[in-house]
Amino acid sequence: MGYEPQADFGTPEVVSESMVTLTIDGRQVSVPAGTSVMRAAAECGGSIPKLCASDNIAAFGSCRLCLVEVEGRRGTPASCTTPAAQGMVVHTQTPRLQKLRKGVMELYISDHPLDCLTCSANNDCELQDQAAAVGLRDVRYGYEGANHLGLATDSSNPYFDFDPSKCIACSRCVRACDEVQGTFALTIEGKGFASKVSAGQATDDFLSSECVSCGACVQACPTATLQEKAVKEIGKPERSVITTCAYCGVGCTFRAEMRGEQLVRMVPWKDGKANRGHSCVKGRFAWGYANHQDRITSPMIRDSIEQPWREVSWEEALSFAATRLQSIKAEYGARALGGITSSRCTNEETFLVQKLVRAGFGTNNVDTCARVCHSPTGYGLKTTFGTSAGTQDFDSVEQSDVMLVIGANPTDAHPVFASRMKRRLRPQNGKPGAKLIVIDPRRIDLVRSPHIEAAYHLPLQPGTNVAVLTAMAHVIVTEGLADEAFIRERCDWDEYQDWARFVADERHSPEVLEAVTRVPAADLRAAARLYASGGPGWASAQRERPNSAIYYGLGVTEHSQGSSTVMAIANLAMATGNLGRPGVGVNPLRGQNNVQGACDMGSFPHELPGYRHISDGATRALFEADWGVELDPEPGLRIPNMLDAALDGSFRAIYIQGEDILQSDPNTHHVAAGLKAMDCVIVHDLFLNETANYAHVFLPGSTFLEKTGTFTNAERRIQMVRKVMEPANGYEDWQVTQALANAMGLQWHYTDAAQIMDEVARLTPSFAGVSHAALDKAGSLQWPVNSAAPDGSPIMHVDGFVRGKGKFVVTDYVPTDEKTGPRFPLLLTTGRILSHYNVGAQTRRTANTAWHSEDLLEIHPTDAENRGLKSGDWVRLASRTGETTLRAEVTTRVAPGVVYTTFHHPETQANVVTTEFSDWATNCPEYKVTAVQISPSNGPTVWQEDYAAQAAQSRRIATEAAE
Amino acid sequence: MNNSARIDQIIATHAGREGPLLPILHDVQKEFGCVDAEAEAQIAHGLNLSRAEVHGVVSFYHDFTAAADPRAVVQICRAEACKARGVEALIGAAEAAAGGRVRISTVYCLGLCSVGPNARVGSDLHARLDEAALVKLVQSA
Repeated sequence: MGYEPQADFGTPEVVSESMVTLTIDGRQVSVPAGTSVMRAAAECGGSIPKLCASDNIAAFGSCRLCLVEVEGRRGTPASCTTPAAQGMVVHTQTPRLQKLRKGVMELYISDHPLDCLTCSANNDCELQDQAAAVGLRDVRYGYEGANHLGLATDSSNPYFDFDPSKCIACSRCVRACDEVQGTFALTIEGKGFASKVSAGQATDDFLSSECVSCGACVQACPTATLQEKAVKEIGKPERSVITTCAYCGVGCTFRAEMRGEQLVRMVPWKDGKANRGHSCVKGRFAWGYANHQDRITSPMIRDSIEQPWREVSWEEALSFAATRLQSIKAEYGARALGGITSSRCTNEETFLVQKLVRAGFGTNNVDTCARVCHSPTGYGLKTTFGTSAGTQDFDSVEQSDVMLVIGANPTDAHPVFASRMKRRLRPQNGKPGAKLIVIDPRRIDLVRSPHIEAAYHLPLQPGTNVAVLTAMAHVIVTEGLADEAFIRERCDWDEYQDWARFVADERHSPEVLEAVTRVPAADLRAAARLYASGGPGWASAQRERPNSAIYYGLGVTEHSQGSSTVMAIANLAMATGNLGRPGVGVNPLRGQNNVQGACDMGSFPHELPGYRHISDGATRALFEADWGVELDPEPGLRIPNMLDAALDGSFRAIYIQGEDILQSDPNTHHVAAGLKAMDCVIVHDLFLNETANYAHVFLPGSTFLEKTGTFTNAERRIQMVRKVMEPANGYEDWQVTQALANAMGLQWHYTDAAQIMDEVARLTPSFAGVSHAALDKAGSLQWPVNSAAPDGSPIMHVDGFVRGKGKFVVTDYVPTDEKTGPRFPLLLTTGRILSHYNVGAQTRRTANTAWHSEDLLEIHPTDAENRGLKSGDWVRLASRTGETTLRAEVTTRVAPGVVYTTFHHPETQANVVTTEFSDWATNCPEYKVTAVQISPSNGPTVWQEDYAAQAAQSRRIATEAAE
Repeated sequence: MNNSARIDQIIATHAGREGPLLPILHDVQKEFGCVDAEAEAQIAHGLNLSRAEVHGVVSFYHDFTAAADPRAVVQICRAEACKARGVEALIGAAEAAAGGRVRISTVYCLGLCSVGPNARVGSDLHARLDEAALVKLVQSA
């Protein structure tokens, strides 16, 4: 694809059942009623001059350039604010209009620098285009007089500049921030000639303002006023490639705009069905890690982890690894080997790693990072509904009336979807905003931020999710709010009655459970009524009940009762009939870009691709026939079991692709001991991550910009990742896995990633209709894609549950064994922040550190005062497992008795303190509840200093001179 | 009661009404002589608006000021009618009389076009001003 900006229709698309037909410049066009004349003109191939209009924000009518004449009407109305009407006859170019437009443009240009040739927006500037379109040849006013040409540039944001001297005050940036992003960080300061775009207040710059650096304003700006620094440095892109972001599970699609092999900028793709043209600071700007100096591009090996690394050829590294693996297999058997697939790599790459482990190593010891995040989602939703995935697409949120957000912090972890939620939460075009219930120990931003406010925030005690949800079910059942018609039709009625009897028991009432959950019973009752019936005052002409949707994240799954909580959520949705149509559903917000895909591709030790159990002979036979090997019918080891087995000597070698288990998995000491005990640790990654400190073989990986394949996002949407530059390390990750397989004698012959997807489709019914060619054609597909649903399935369980009848599961609240006491009186819960992603390996190597350079411990003022702490103090954070130090931030976002931190920085290693308690069904670690004590500290602990020294020691790379 | 507590009180007084921002800004300006950056932020938080939005409104109106100015104010109309009736010739003398003690502020039309030049001190309007009358007005402001 060449470089042309995407078409801009001027005003947003209107959905209407009735159409109107009008004539524009002699061309007839039919558009949905309510569409602007400007958009109608664009849809029939015209382009009315405009500056303040853009099709992702509401019409504003301020630039006075888009004037038209309408037969039978007086004056020259603005086409952006004039709705098309039946029979209207519009002229977009007349001598009168030309004169008016030229006059307006003269005024703009009289206060605009004439440095087009040296301007960074040269040839990519709407002001320039419109000056050309209106035939501007002269500016009669001259360029003397008062002007804004001397205003200073604000360069505080690390990724873009704000140069007010080039601003035409069209307000597009302000409106994009309000309407698209929903942050309201920008305003027009002053009035008249003094009008100026201002980030925050008078003394703010962009960095100190409320700006979250999503890039919506930069995208909206028609001039060089708000522009990426990279464009300024490099120049205008020459081509663009549509690809998918490799950060969170929202799966935004971007145009990677390139000059040669150099990435100039990532611009959200307007036709992306997950992001609808929006982006966040990570996907839009934080891709600099791809060329960071820390990136390792040569394979390295060493005999023991005490030695420095030795850079070697690919052949030597692969043969070293294969020899070690084979000798371990010969001596200890296949079950001494294992692998971990990556939720950051493509479906194709993940599929190959599990194939290598099952077919090559000869064991089912394969697991993935979903183990530590959404494995309970897989278990819980499979049990209740029959599929291990969310039920909706993201567009569904636009039809929700009530949203229940539990254990998720979308504005930080899934920011682009959060913007779509916020848009629905704000009243719009006379339609009231959706109501919001937040169940979270912290007062997350969704609870209250400009123009949105949760109807109820239930600040529960960490670890009591099941109790809160069961209490909500109690209210719904005992107050007669259940949708019995839905349940009788679609669910197992007997199981429902058992469940209803269970939840109706007095011991599950909000009043009784208040002692455990610390959620005021009255609030909980009101929230349950709101979810089930819209609460008092619900009145809709269309529906008896509101569309209520549940969105949840790792605050649900990462508990000893994670799977129970997922099933409790499913129970609530079934009991209220909130499944099988747009606007409702159960929606897990997936953490990593391809965690859904990694699970789909058979990364779990007990499941082959498509969630089919390894003990199922028919499925196994299918794979055995295709792969020409015999598969082990026994499920393999999960990550924690692999580490335990390593310590007792029965597990000795592991191949880890794109995951840093030392930093991301709980109880760092235990992980380190397990890795240290192994004979062969192969790390396949971009950087020498923390896990690589214990590795014997390092295989350099490739970034998402350097490979072709697919990612599957949280809405089961499979989207293409396209290579835009050659891999710095020489190979795409699937090629490296194939080379390792072949070094072990497996004779794989994939020549491109599409062939791998073809194999997936051949062996997996839910992917039967998926291929790279089909994805190129459709843009994206939501699985299942098969003969019954050739175009994919945006909403699941439409006419009935995949498993047949929906299953109600009794979820008894069992308190975690991790309890507070006199020594550890506070509860620690962990999470993420907007500017960083997971263990931070990528984002820490970008300018995103401007917002968050270290992990901080949030602590309530009461708890801080008791310990003599203030913001910025070093504190020691200790649990029964370990201790670390970090700085405190005193805030009321957390309740008394609860502290919170992030796990983005290896210097802190928050997981030194987390425990090995885990979900009863899936072993998903209980990151969200750890009993801790906090005390003042002078600086890093001995452990942190030792760790830093050991890491530095371990990362040494031998130079030739030293040899 | 400190300023912050008093501003919270003002916000609470108006919070329930439709369009509470302007009445709050008026009360704050009246009580503290300004709406400073901290007050903007506090009002933004109180009304669940962004800091930028409140700043946008405050900076739009001349009568909301970022810093308190203890000087007396004389508003002199310099719109077309008053100009035609000679107000420009009086400005120098008014400014000299004001010195550092009184702030001369320019306004555009006080609604007494037929009897200009006009000025206003507090809520009192003064018409048919000549140099002596204006100087006297400034001196007594």
